[in-house]
Amino acid sequence: MATATANMISEQTYVSPTRQRVIGLVFLGFAAAIWVLFGRETEPGLITTFGLAVGAQAASVDPLTLPSLATINILALASAFVGAGQLARGFGRRTNWMLALVTGFFIFSFLTWAAADKSLNLVGLLNTSLSRAVPITLGAMSGILCERAGVVNIAIEGMMLFGAMSGTLVASVTDSLWLGVLAAVLTGLLLAWVHAVFSIKYMVDQIVSGTVINIFSVGMTSYISAKFLQRYQELNSPGTFRAFPIPVLGDIPIVGPILFNNNMFVYAMFFFLFLLHFALYYTRWGLRLRSVGEHPRAADTLGINVFRTRYMAVMLGGMMAGFGGAFFSLGSVGRFDEVMTAGRGFIGLAAMIFGNWNPFGAFGAGLLFGFADSLQSRLAILGIPIPSQFLLMVPYIATMVVLAGVVGRGEMPAADGQPYVKE
Amino acid sequence: MAEPKQPVTKTPSEKEPENGKGFMRVFLEELTSQSILIPILAIFTGLVLGAIIIVLTTEDVYAGFDDSFGAGLAASWNAISTAYNALFTSALGSPSRMIAAVQGDDALEIRRAFNPILESLVASTPYIFAGLAVALGFRSGLFNIGVEGQLFIGAIFSAYAGYALVGLPTIIHLPLALLAGMLGGALWGFIPGWLKAKTGGHEVINTIMMNYIAFRLSEWLLMGPMKRPDSFNPVSPAIADTAKLPSFFETPIRFHAGFFLALLVAWLVYWFLFKTKWGFEFRTVGANRHAARYAGMNITVVTVAAMALSGALAGLAGTNEVLGVNYNLALAFSAGYGFDAIALALLGKSHPLGVVLAALLFGTLRSGALGMQLTAGIPVDIISVLQAFILAFIAAPAIIRTLYRLRQPAVEEGGVVLSGWGEG
Repeated sequence: MATATANMISEQTYVSPTRQRVIGLVFLGFAAAIWVLFGRETEPGLITTFGLAVGAQAASVDPLTLPSLATINILALASAFVGAGQLARGFGRRTNWMLALVTGFFIFSFLTWAAADKSLNLVGLLNTSLSRAVPITLGAMSGILCERAGVVNIAIEGMMLFGAMSGTLVASVTDSLWLGVLAAVLTGLLLAWVHAVFSIKYMVDQIVSGTVINIFSVGMTSYISAKFLQRYQELNSPGTFRAFPIPVLGDIPIVGPILFNNNMFVYAMFFFLFLLHFALYYTRWGLRLRSVGEHPRAADTLGINVFRTRYMAVMLGGMMAGFGGAFFSLGSVGRFDEVMTAGRGFIGLAAMIFGNWNPFGAFGAGLLFGFADSLQSRLAILGIPIPSQFLLMVPYIATMVVLAGVVGRGEMPAADGQPYVKE
Repeated sequence: MAEPKQPVTKTPSEKEPENGKGFMRVFLEELTSQSILIPILAIFTGLVLGAIIIVLTTEDVYAGFDDSFGAGLAASWNAISTAYNALFTSALGSPSRMIAAVQGDDALEIRRAFNPILESLVASTPYIFAGLAVALGFRSGLFNIGVEGQLFIGAIFSAYAGYALVGLPTIIHLPLALLAGMLGGALWGFIPGWLKAKTGGHEVINTIMMNYIAFRLSEWLLMGPMKRPDSFNPVSPAIADTAKLPSFFETPIRFHAGFFLALLVAWLVYWFLFKTKWGFEFRTVGANRHAARYAGMNITVVTVAAMALSGALAGLAGTNEVLGVNYNLALAFSAGYGFDAIALALLGKSHPLGVVLAALLFGTLRSGALGMQLTAGIPVDIISVLQAFILAFIAAPAIIRTLYRLRQPAVEEGGVVLSGWGEG
């Protein structure tokens, strides 16, 4: 255990020679994969067309046309070059950026191959990815709030599901979407309070407590859905938040349609993302919260109320999860279906780990997972013979790889999951 | 990554049974007065809370209270009694119908009258296997949340062995299909166990991820390579007759040998955990992995073996459904057994006999709930709510003690003591 801690500290400052070599080989592997999987499968002379506009912009923004084979080969060469550089002298602290770059090359060459001789709307794809990333990122931020204070929360899924249902119910009854969102947030808060009481006051195993909430939420929402929502349609028709473009910014080519023409949830996610990042790393509040998650005894000695801080963190996390849950019903399909979150809360947990317990890292992971999700629905249209299930597995496998420390170990809060006993 | 500083509460049940004591005796010794009282009160309180939910969600009750307070109470009572009456009759059968059937000589009617209670045993069987899987993990200090995925993979393996191998006699085919199911589950448990032992990746996260990988994998298999050629639904071909677990009665009774197999396996798990050197190592690692390390036990091997064994038991849960009940593999064959199993392993104090009893309870509730849905219009999902309540009270006995003014026992009984994500 002591060596593991030492490794973790040292990894922040330098990359060990072994890891440098392993990652260099991974880059070369990517290069070979690009060349073998895509380059050799693409006939020369084909052209890949990437659409870069949606709606009214289509007239002014030309699509990007690339010679398929040449693009793929250049990307393979570039990856190999980065890999050789990594093997020769290493990129030090920029290794992770290089990893992101090479992964990007791989994905882009995959798209070039998939859309060879065809056309793929890149802007539409990225826009869908972003909206698919919203609940995942919100769930991950819920997890970050809890776990940074040292409380493991695997009940994000249950909180989201219950939030989705109560949001639908209240919005349908009151005919106000905003009241629906409020109800979803309060539901998350209530369930999180239960989780907090169980895990902080009664010191119940936090995984058990989370499992209780998950089982309860699935049971209760399905019960209410079967008993009321399916029988009385007027209780299950809340409507949805519409997308609205932000003036000026929404007119920017390419970026505008992706980022600035979305519904409330997307903008809110960005707002919370910056807010949480700022609060965690640049305020006294955040420092205290993190200290409680790293070393509660020390925090206590310095006069920080560990219990109150953990309660607050878990309940804020619950509100975040409830808000994310409202996205499913009020931000997306406009009704509640049984178990409609379909494991997104757990993917949020995965994104949190993948993103190393940082808000922006989690957002990046959320985007990657959202991208895999939106890509699988388009592959069928392009006639690519890759079963969609395999793309949907990517988030889970990627998380296990990250957790195993193959490409660098995450730095989880040291006291994560451990109940605090005041002496 | 910090060493756990909090005092680790010691379960009284960790006492090593002395030689020569029987199965029952050890179990009874484990039950201090409160440790049997609290599960019973937890179940009772769960049923009461369930009744409250039923009352709150019945329209007649509100109509009754609009009328008068008395009418409201009567409607509430009516709602509760209809629901729970339907629950218990469809779970255990109606005594009057059984007597009438036995007195008559219509064989089909006799089978129908006794079917509910046998159907409850059929529903309990996968719970026994899944509960044993979670319990074995708990005893070894591992939280196997991946039982659901492992039972899917077990079901895939056994279904494949069931329909792809033909022309074998039952005596070879059935054990082979059972073994295939265990192998599938063991493989799915082995991976997170190996990752935990080798890299320290926490088994809770890895098993959750493995669950979803298993769902996607089975979805792909059932829509592609394993799909029945003449069907539009994602269903595997029917298994061969030689791979079916024998059943004893004619229709409509589905009761089959899987139940006895489950009891046998429960006994084997008990024997393994409490009577063998290996089981002792499992439990020592579970109780205190540092002490186990100093005693010279191989934590790596125990962790991997425990996860693989746990997965094999989970695989049997899925196998049982394929070879004993459905005779094929469909996409939605599991009713969340893997997650309920966590509740019932805790309810059964992670002891094989306790698990069997808890599984009988859960199976009975599950099979009764189907009848309750048909006759009383209460959605079957109420059972999950009940299970969540029971699990909550078992996990936090302090709530039950406060509710019923019980005294704090001298030795605080610990639930599962958790390790942080980072604990290797």
